[in-house]
Amino acid sequence: MFFVMNSQFYCGFNRYKRMCINSKKMEKNEKLIELRGITKEFDGTPVLTDLNLYILDKEFVTLLGPSGCGKTTTLRLIGGFETPDKGDVFFEGKRITDLPPYKRPVNTVFQKYALFPHLNVYENVAFALRLGKVAEKEIARRVKEMLKIVNLEGFERRNVEKLSGGQQQRVAIARALVNQPRVLLLDEPLGALDLKLRKDMQVELKKIQQRMGITFVYVTHDQEEALSMSDTVVVMDNGVIQQIGTPEDIYNEPKNAFVADFIGESNILDGIMHADKLVEFSGHTLECVDGGFEKDEPVDVVIRPEDVDIVPLGSVPIHGVVNTVTFKGVHYEIIVDVQGFKWMVQTTDYAAPGTEVGLRILPDEIHIMKKSKYSDLYGDYSTYFDEMDKSGAEATGDEN
Amino acid sequence: MKTKSYMARIMAAPHILWAILFIAAPMLFVLYYSFTDASGAFSTENLRLLLDAKYLTIFLRSMAFALVATVICLLVAYPLAYAISRATPRAQKVYMMLIMLPMWMNFLIRTYSIMAILEDNGFLNTILNSLGIPSVHIINTSAAVIFGMIYNYLPYMVLPIYTVLSRLDVRLLEASADLGCTPAQTFTRVVMPLSRSGVVSGVTMVFVPSVSTFYISQKLGGAKYDLIGDSIERQFQSAYNYNLGAAMSLVLMVIILISMAIMNRYSDGEGGLVA
Repeated sequence: MFFVMNSQFYCGFNRYKRMCINSKKMEKNEKLIELRGITKEFDGTPVLTDLNLYILDKEFVTLLGPSGCGKTTTLRLIGGFETPDKGDVFFEGKRITDLPPYKRPVNTVFQKYALFPHLNVYENVAFALRLGKVAEKEIARRVKEMLKIVNLEGFERRNVEKLSGGQQQRVAIARALVNQPRVLLLDEPLGALDLKLRKDMQVELKKIQQRMGITFVYVTHDQEEALSMSDTVVVMDNGVIQQIGTPEDIYNEPKNAFVADFIGESNILDGIMHADKLVEFSGHTLECVDGGFEKDEPVDVVIRPEDVDIVPLGSVPIHGVVNTVTFKGVHYEIIVDVQGFKWMVQTTDYAAPGTEVGLRILPDEIHIMKKSKYSDLYGDYSTYFDEMDKSGAEATGDEN
Repeated sequence: MKTKSYMARIMAAPHILWAILFIAAPMLFVLYYSFTDASGAFSTENLRLLLDAKYLTIFLRSMAFALVATVICLLVAYPLAYAISRATPRAQKVYMMLIMLPMWMNFLIRTYSIMAILEDNGFLNTILNSLGIPSVHIINTSAAVIFGMIYNYLPYMVLPIYTVLSRLDVRLLEASADLGCTPAQTFTRVVMPLSRSGVVSGVTMVFVPSVSTFYISQKLGGAKYDLIGDSIERQFQSAYNYNLGAAMSLVLMVIILISMAIMNRYSDGEGGLVA
């Protein structure tokens, strides 16, 4: 999945480096939603532990994490479907912890849509408007406008159960947006769609968010989706926020081994920080750009596969034996054995299996992370593929 | 292909035979007896007799009693089914078991038990008196007959409504609340429309046996409230007037068919037990 993102985002793989770091910065906005010190348990099992998070107005925030990490529960706390055991939820500074869902200025696009089967497309979208004293003409105008935004003109009289997954998805979005909520909550909205449709809908959703100028809080376990759509990504695991940042921050400067592992592929190595900007790993001491650690502090070193260059033996200190080479289209995926630790290298250069090669890593491609409880969990090169598939299957069931 | 359809016909044969023997044939007999007199000659006399005030009263009374019983059953069963459907899965099983339990007992025994409970010196009045409340006279009134119907047929109302409500997706209720519905609005705008098919099934399954019931009225109504079922029974068992009895059955069938047709107009055709 990550690979697809590569081809979409970077043209010229080795030239990529970190140019996206200069991308747009969030405008300074008011805190719209704030979660303070939230703790939540289900039958004695902690789901969220002392969670603190704020969401700015007009921001696209993604809660990202594996199945069971608490992201859906966080969303449901904002929607009003759950109340925290401890802590409070604020909306524009006002405490709304105990406010029922129907009094909150947020709307939700549910996993699997939850469209009303007894109503047609038009009536599903008009549902919220019919509760107020909105005139029939006004309802018709707004439903029509919404259906136009989600590209479903002419579907008014259709039975929602006869629509395709993508169409049901659009109805759900239109229904949630028709009342112009301040915030739209989306719970794995694209989970049930096939890859192509998911890609189209990602672009579509982002467009809708920008056009309507509302805040989106988006839950997903798909890291590629999170990176490509969000202003801010909140990476969660085990009911705890691991890192909050822009997609670029999360990818380029992961805070710990979990984030590095979950977001894309990575080589996570044990290292020792000898001094500022000087780190030892794989038996060699290299120059890096990070600092602020204690002298000789043990650290985790993350090196992204696409940041490693294969160079002739002898020109750089780190070297290893090519184990396998897999052609991936845009690049080769080369597994290199360096003193027993297998590195993943993604490069357009070819190296034959069995040959000894040097691995060049530039100082700014070496990312230093503090040791955490996630250290040493990921041997060899690490990828979240297997776990992703598993959590994908679970996510279609009832999470939390 | 040919052998397959041949096999299919052989497989279906017992069922077709069954249907002819026990469904089609009795119907034809009912039709035959309805339009003949004792000598076997064609006659519309039986049906004309039913226009008599005596029989019209019986038909109207049967329908009125059945209607009242059905409405009360619905009012009792809906909240009950709703509460059960929202309980934990384990509790749901227990509650449904309790609802079904009386149906394991013989119909006559149940009716006799109700007599014992409702009698002037029965169980109900004993309890009322011990609480310092004066006795109530219920036995041999129309209320007792309707109570008997409700008691006997309530499970048939609870079951289909419970079935549709328990299948109701909780996320639809959340979606409704999310879109601004108060709990009451969620009930009227989402829960009620989506449980309509269960209500239609329940109403049909209570009204049809209620309108044709017999014995309940004889035992609980003190033979004061003659119903169609009792009249039909009497024509066959005591008066030996098969022709009049058959004519009554025919009219009853027509009444039931019409009421089912009306009910089905309100069904969305999904989840209901009546097709």
